[in-house]
Amino acid sequence: MAAGGQGPGVGNMAAAGAGPERGAEPPAPERVLFPPTFSVSEIKNKQRRHFMFVRWKQQQRKEKLALRKKRRKEREALGDKAPPKAVPKTIENQRVYDETTVDPNDEEVAFDEATDEFAPYFNRQTVPKILITTSDRPRGRTVRFCEQLSTVIPNSHVYYRRGLALKRIIPQCIARDFTDLIVINEDRKIPNGLVLSHLPDGPTAHFKMSSVRLRKEIKRKGKQPTEHVPEVILNNFTTRLGHSVGRMFASLFPHDPQFIGRQVATFHNQRDYIFFRFHRYIFKSEKKVGIQELGPRFTLKLRSLQKGTFDSKFGEYEWVHKVCLSNTRPAWEGIINLTLNVTTNLSLKKAV
Amino acid sequence: MHSDDVVWDMLGNKQFCSYKIRTKTQSFCRNEYNLTGLCNRSSCPLANSQYATVREEKGRCYLYMKTIERAPFPSRLWERVLLSKNYEKALEEIDENLIYWPRFIRHKCKQRFTKITQYLIRIRKLTLKRQRKIVPLSRKVERREKRREEKALVAAQLDNAIEKELLERLKQDTYGDIYNFPIHAFDKALQQQDAESESESDVEKEEEGNEEVTERDEREFVEADDSDISDFEDMDKLETSSEEEQEDEEETEKKAHSKSKGKTPLKGPTRRKRPYLEIEYEKETEPAAKTKAS
Repeated sequence: MAAGGQGPGVGNMAAAGAGPERGAEPPAPERVLFPPTFSVSEIKNKQRRHFMFVRWKQQQRKEKLALRKKRRKEREALGDKAPPKAVPKTIENQRVYDETTVDPNDEEVAFDEATDEFAPYFNRQTVPKILITTSDRPRGRTVRFCEQLSTVIPNSHVYYRRGLALKRIIPQCIARDFTDLIVINEDRKIPNGLVLSHLPDGPTAHFKMSSVRLRKEIKRKGKQPTEHVPEVILNNFTTRLGHSVGRMFASLFPHDPQFIGRQVATFHNQRDYIFFRFHRYIFKSEKKVGIQELGPRFTLKLRSLQKGTFDSKFGEYEWVHKVCLSNTRPAWEGIINLTLNVTTNLSLKKAV
Repeated sequence: MHSDDVVWDMLGNKQFCSYKIRTKTQSFCRNEYNLTGLCNRSSCPLANSQYATVREEKGRCYLYMKTIERAPFPSRLWERVLLSKNYEKALEEIDENLIYWPRFIRHKCKQRFTKITQYLIRIRKLTLKRQRKIVPLSRKVERREKRREEKALVAAQLDNAIEKELLERLKQDTYGDIYNFPIHAFDKALQQQDAESESESDVEKEEEGNEEVTERDEREFVEADDSDISDFEDMDKLETSSEEEQEDEEETEKKAHSKSKGKTPLKGPTRRKRPYLEIEYEKETEPAAKTKAS
């Protein structure tokens, strides 16, 4: 059997060896007959096996191309009667519709938002003033990231934390009129967490931060961001939870963007990961815009949302991310988009 | 007492002692009743039948004593005395209990007691401060989240999404009059003409009339220079004439923009797709002679 297996292999090799010299696909495969249970992986010689595999791959590709052409011809032949094109299944397609998705015309949501903690911001009563700080003893990377973040967010100040307790910082911040507090947590010399707290008694969101890129690590970046107030883009914050988180982000930036600066900060939510980017755009024509990435970029994943200001022991958690270790969910069930395992009343309807 | 010497002779030098740890320069004793922690003739609890130590348990210090009389009773061998919480009183108690004992053991006991109280104070101080909680990361979860993040990034198609959003905003006229695109303005004019034909109020007609006039003016101006890039430069000069610093910044930015976009490196001088007119501006300056004369 081994000899039989090798025989055609050898014969083929001889023919195939001459093949590349000829430059065309040798007719050898037609002449050589393989035993029916032959597979490429049985050839012991690596070079020969590799050669056979490459040729097999090329054949597969040819067949696939031929099949596709045939299908296209059929579709054209049928014309209007052709069956609709098959759309590949993606997670976004297969997501189970989430009940807590916010309808833009929902009155209840509008009422909630008119009376929640961000109302003063959205009514233009307060101007955002942000304090950025880190955990104890920040390393160089975190410090530089804080500085870059403060250039991106207008009206923000960076203060070092020298062992001060957050609970004592917060009353001082409130006294000095800060509206938001950002704490960047650091582990093993890289920033890995972000706590965003809206100050006068506002919600606190705790994020896991990953893939932080400083400005010098971004390829093809532009110049330094200027002092203009950037625009804000919030994508895909569709559910109730997403809505509140989106409002938190929006309240970081002043209300009136300066379009002269042509800078835009984007928070894009995709499958529960919030990607932050900072770009400068230019309209080349009315249908074409070019963007150039400036500033730092990072990814956030919400871990918990607390009702009051930062308090790890006695805080009232609106939402906590629960991790299921085993992949118990069926593959296409509704993935989060920020609603997994709501612990308290977010999804209950208020009696209006 | 003579057995002590024999014991030390065996354990200290010749045979194996399971509590002994040897390093290059020194040997240590792991015995929990050892007074100094070193492996010496005078500090070995096995080789001294009269021995004392100070040990702490749950924040309280105890004095342990062993005498030769109790050597045959291993369960009663070590006598334990609770020391007072007051530092000076405790020292006195040690002195009291070890009154006729060798100087070395008394001294070392007091030293050990001092060290213990110092570290207990430090513990109590640290627990008042914030303590860093170390949370274990599940490797499986971390790996899974990292993979999902990569896939989400690919699915997000950020650049396209941002560009789409910006174009949407442009269409919805959030930028106002900053950007002037001929076709855009034309579309706007068309829409407004449609609106005009639908509704027949005079006020609206007046407004539209004004806007059309301004648009025509702007359109005329725009048609004079047809290229994309000089368009922007001129437009910027119009808009930001009051803020010259920003104008300079923007011009340099745009030039840097157009030259070093990175996506499609421009070859040679900047490409212009449509035929364009280069307009040269000359500044007239008074010749110096005239000013000097006057």
